[in-house]
Amino acid sequence: MARLNLWRWGVFGLAGLYFVVPLAASVVFTVDVPGQGLTADAYTQIVSTGGFGSSLLLSLELALATIAVVLLLMVPAMVALRLGAPKLRPVVEVVCSLPLVVPPIAFVAGIVTVLKWGPEHLSRTPLFQTFVAIQNPDFPVVLVLAYVVMALPFVYRALDAGLRAIDVPTLVEAARSCGARWPQALVQAVLPNLRGALLNASFLTLALVLGEFTVAQLLGFQPFAVWIVNVSGSQAQLSVAVSVMSLLVTWLLLLVLAGFGGRSRTTSRG
Amino acid sequence: MTATLPRVDTAPAAAVKRRRRSLGWVAVVPLLVFTAVAFGLPAWAVVDGAFTNKGTGAYSTANLTASLKGAYLTALIGSVKLSAVSAALATLLGLPLAQAVVTSRYRALREAVLTASGVLANFGGVPLAFAFVATLGNAGVLTRHLGLTDKGWDLYSFWGLVVVYLYFLIPLMVLTITPALEGLRVQWREAAQNNGATTAQYWLHVALPVLLPTLLGGFVLLFGSAFAAYATAAAIVGSSVPLITLQIADALSGNVLVGQENVALALSLDMVLVAGLVMAVYLPLQRRSARWLA
Repeated sequence: MARLNLWRWGVFGLAGLYFVVPLAASVVFTVDVPGQGLTADAYTQIVSTGGFGSSLLLSLELALATIAVVLLLMVPAMVALRLGAPKLRPVVEVVCSLPLVVPPIAFVAGIVTVLKWGPEHLSRTPLFQTFVAIQNPDFPVVLVLAYVVMALPFVYRALDAGLRAIDVPTLVEAARSCGARWPQALVQAVLPNLRGALLNASFLTLALVLGEFTVAQLLGFQPFAVWIVNVSGSQAQLSVAVSVMSLLVTWLLLLVLAGFGGRSRTTSRG
Repeated sequence: MTATLPRVDTAPAAAVKRRRRSLGWVAVVPLLVFTAVAFGLPAWAVVDGAFTNKGTGAYSTANLTASLKGAYLTALIGSVKLSAVSAALATLLGLPLAQAVVTSRYRALREAVLTASGVLANFGGVPLAFAFVATLGNAGVLTRHLGLTDKGWDLYSFWGLVVVYLYFLIPLMVLTITPALEGLRVQWREAAQNNGATTAQYWLHVALPVLLPTLLGGFVLLFGSAFAAYATAAAIVGSSVPLITLQIADALSGNVLVGQENVALALSLDMVLVAGLVMAVYLPLQRRSARWLA
């Protein structure tokens, strides 16, 4: 047994080393600048660097919009599938898994092509204005559309797990027997029971949008992740400092969530 | 009173059922319409563009042929090689870690490792890349203090990327394999021991055959994840390692040659086909492993 324990702690030790060292080294990298000694400049400079506020704000706005849209689309659909229409269940499952087969880079290649249709084919139709409007750099709606699609698999799994734990038909019937109307039954009986799943889905979507780089960069917008890469060229210390901060904040959020919602594990596929 | 009750009861029940069914459609249709537009249009654009000749506008397979030649083929092979090597390594390294986690007596430790794995597996990207640049890059902390450059270390190379990719692939492996390891019955080990098997024999003849579908499925899943990764590679290597995702980005933005957009779409279609193949292999394997470990 002692040998077994030794083996186990060896494995944990090595894994811990591999997973902690890059983080620790990053912190050292940001505070121990060659030639300057110990300094916290990299962290104090973050806020005053141009683009930090606006890109973070843009990312947060995009995240909120994505969460709102994806929940508005998914929650009624998933609840309705539990109440009836069982034939639609596999359809929704497949639709929500499809984004996993299309890597983000291939997805964005498609989006770029579709956006070009605007000037090429539709310049005389009212649709052209829509194409222009969704690419407004102040708030690119096209990114929200893309992120909602990319979040579908995560949100599907989170909501499915939550709905599996409760008996939706009984809840709704009980609420209806007590005289509640349909919207009332959904909002006041079903949704409160889904609080954990909704939070889970929201946080996963938040983390996805805050860290998303591929789509935003190739469409030419500058939310947070793209900004980090853009400043890294001129200010290496600063970009690492921001990276460390954003990693820690994301992990903290998700750890809090995991502690809140019990054991919640996520895999990117399957 | 009792005679009328069944009638009163059944008629609304049927109506409720009908209403529920129509309610189901009303609630699901927005989702389907949304995905048809936001996902279906780009997907159609990729397929259509990949098969369209940019000059003439006629349908042809020229783009697909071009996407499998020269620098593009090198990039495709580079991506496959990188993904295969890092997925294989992550499978080999993730298994003992998962086993150590599963057999640990400390519940808190298990929960912490599994939660951390969930986070690491999904949300690395750009920040992760910069953490590694700060650690093992040319001016990285470890590189400077240990003099790694003299020893031939280079983060901006094939093996450098493997080390970075393992950071999110190993946790993904731990997540994938843990349920299977939890499903290994203690009785199987005891039975093997009673028959005089050593630990090595137990693993070779009992545990590994049961775990094999899960391990293979995990490998395929990791391969797909590494294959699709773009942000990490773009932030670290620029284009010093040929990867298909970097080629697509270059072709899309017209960095190298103008007018390569349709080749980019053909490359994207290649990627979708590989990802589809990955899922086609993964799903049956997952079903097979579920049979043993139910």
